[in-house]
Amino acid sequence: MVGQERRTRSYILTIVGIVIAAYILFPFYLVVMNSFKVQADIVASPIAVKGASFGQFITNLKAVINNSNFNFWRALFSSVVITVISLALLALFGSMAGWVISRNNKTKWATAIYMVFIASMIIPFQVVMLPLVSTFRDAGNFVGVPMLSTIPGIIFAYCGFGGAMTVFILTGFIKGVPYDLEEAAAIDGCTPEGTFFRIILPLLAPVITTVTILNGMWIWNDYLLPSMLLGLNGKYKTLPVAVQAFVGSYVKQWDLILTAALLAIIPMIIVFLIGQKQIMNGMIEGAVKG
Amino acid sequence: MNANSASRKLLSLICLIGGAVMLVVSLVMDFSGSGTSYRGALLVIGLVALLVGLYLFPTLKYHRRIIYIIFLVPLLFTFVVTVIIPLCLGIFYSFTDWTGIQYTQFVGFGNYISMFQDPQFIWSILMTFVFVVVNMILVNLIAFLLALLCTNGIKGDGFFRAAYFLPNLIGGIVLGYIWQFVFNNVLINLTKTSLLVQTKSAMLAIVVVYIWQYAGYIMLIYITGLTQVPKDVLEAAQIDGANATQTLFQVKIPMIASTFTICTFLTLTSAFKQFDVNLALTGGTGSAMFMGKYLTSGTQMLALNIYNTAVSKNNYALGQAKAVLFFIILACVSLIQVRVSNSREVEL
Repeated sequence: MVGQERRTRSYILTIVGIVIAAYILFPFYLVVMNSFKVQADIVASPIAVKGASFGQFITNLKAVINNSNFNFWRALFSSVVITVISLALLALFGSMAGWVISRNNKTKWATAIYMVFIASMIIPFQVVMLPLVSTFRDAGNFVGVPMLSTIPGIIFAYCGFGGAMTVFILTGFIKGVPYDLEEAAAIDGCTPEGTFFRIILPLLAPVITTVTILNGMWIWNDYLLPSMLLGLNGKYKTLPVAVQAFVGSYVKQWDLILTAALLAIIPMIIVFLIGQKQIMNGMIEGAVKG
Repeated sequence: MNANSASRKLLSLICLIGGAVMLVVSLVMDFSGSGTSYRGALLVIGLVALLVGLYLFPTLKYHRRIIYIIFLVPLLFTFVVTVIIPLCLGIFYSFTDWTGIQYTQFVGFGNYISMFQDPQFIWSILMTFVFVVVNMILVNLIAFLLALLCTNGIKGDGFFRAAYFLPNLIGGIVLGYIWQFVFNNVLINLTKTSLLVQTKSAMLAIVVVYIWQYAGYIMLIYITGLTQVPKDVLEAAQIDGANATQTLFQVKIPMIASTFTICTFLTLTSAFKQFDVNLALTGGTGSAMFMGKYLTSGTQMLALNIYNTAVSKNNYALGQAKAVLFFIILACVSLIQVRVSNSREVEL
């Protein structure tokens, strides 16, 4: 009898779960369905399948991709380049700095640097964004390296902003890597830099994955920083900035807006389907450690 | 290559001298104001050459120290330029009449006084606090219930976890527009007028969207906490005759108290910084009567208010002063968080 009761309860819970999942996934259904329709059909019956055709999807897609405000391929390219290079540099520089800090954690200077990094994690972007733009503009003009509206400039900013959290998580992990390993390598005649790149860095793979997922979710979806540093009408736009610029120019053209939203969502969904477990675990670890 | 080989010495010397020369030349160009376009490239190459020269410097005694410096420089340099310098400048600018490009005079606490005379700003603060509190309670409650659902022998819990987490993958701007469509074109068939028109219902709409986006993520953290409750403790409770409700309230919840602390502060700070959904969903619009004045930005929260003050209304000094206040509030919240989690750790 107990087994019977448990089975009924499991069924009821599963049904509740399905209802909630349907509610959560419903907006995604709307986006997909309505990007297959013309504006008139969307307004008349936003939920129905009626009026959806593949031909219309291609038409919407062409209109959005070729739109001069959205410029999908260009935005996708900028987003990918900015995210990938920032993540690679953050992982490399972060583990280098984290290694130095954790191997000198008894000295005052290393402790001071570490404390500054940790304290800076509470700084919200809003308090630095306005002076950041002016600093980048002035510094760029002064030394002749354009920092505003350029991809190297925004990658530089992401390295600076992601640095604190990256170093924090990496230092915590490197402290647990036994020092004996490095001493053995040193006795065998390995240089400090050789020890780091050949022995320490490969050991950091799991924690670098975590850091990369956390930073990746942030950088890919970030709106405020690229909108300030690249500008809404700049030469380069990331996907969120492009969506904002696009919607700003077509207030109620839902067929185009929803198709643009679909295009902006797809890359992240593909990445999620591939690395579902790692992404969810990475997000949990980041929250628990941060 | 041996540390003392002649070729290495030579290379190090060339790099050091070459790098220094390039640096000096480009800096001279900067200060003399000659606008040659290659001076930036010269500066970057000079810096890299200096670091390479330092790396190859023929010494065994100081080699480790040099490596430490080279390893720290890239991250520290970007960090100082993008965080520390703007933060100091920002606090400084908030006491001046800064226009985003230059400042002419100090105004003391003028910006701080004038922002508290603006009903719109005080309204934004109130709305933000209401939003943060409502959101913190609802997100945690719903996320915890979802976590219980996913850990209670439900079939296909992997799918449900992934589905509930899915909205968290998508940025607030895109989400905001998708939900604007939902409220204005789909739900309007039920509600007659769009929820986004009235200030109160629009705030509710922002809360709904935010829960939709965030509850799945917080749920994952609760699931981790719940599955880490030791099995033997649960068995002991069962043997003592505790039913499911008693186990939940008297064993599980006290045992994951630290998870509650983490999630509470995570939702608190993220709701406080909320900008993207606010911008894309309502754009801050909505009418309200407050302090005897008619406001047109009823759903504008703090982060959006700062952005609009500086970027849209072009009042950089005032926006910066508001941002400093924003920073102070967040810093206080973080300090309280550290206090709370430390006292918890002592108890355990």
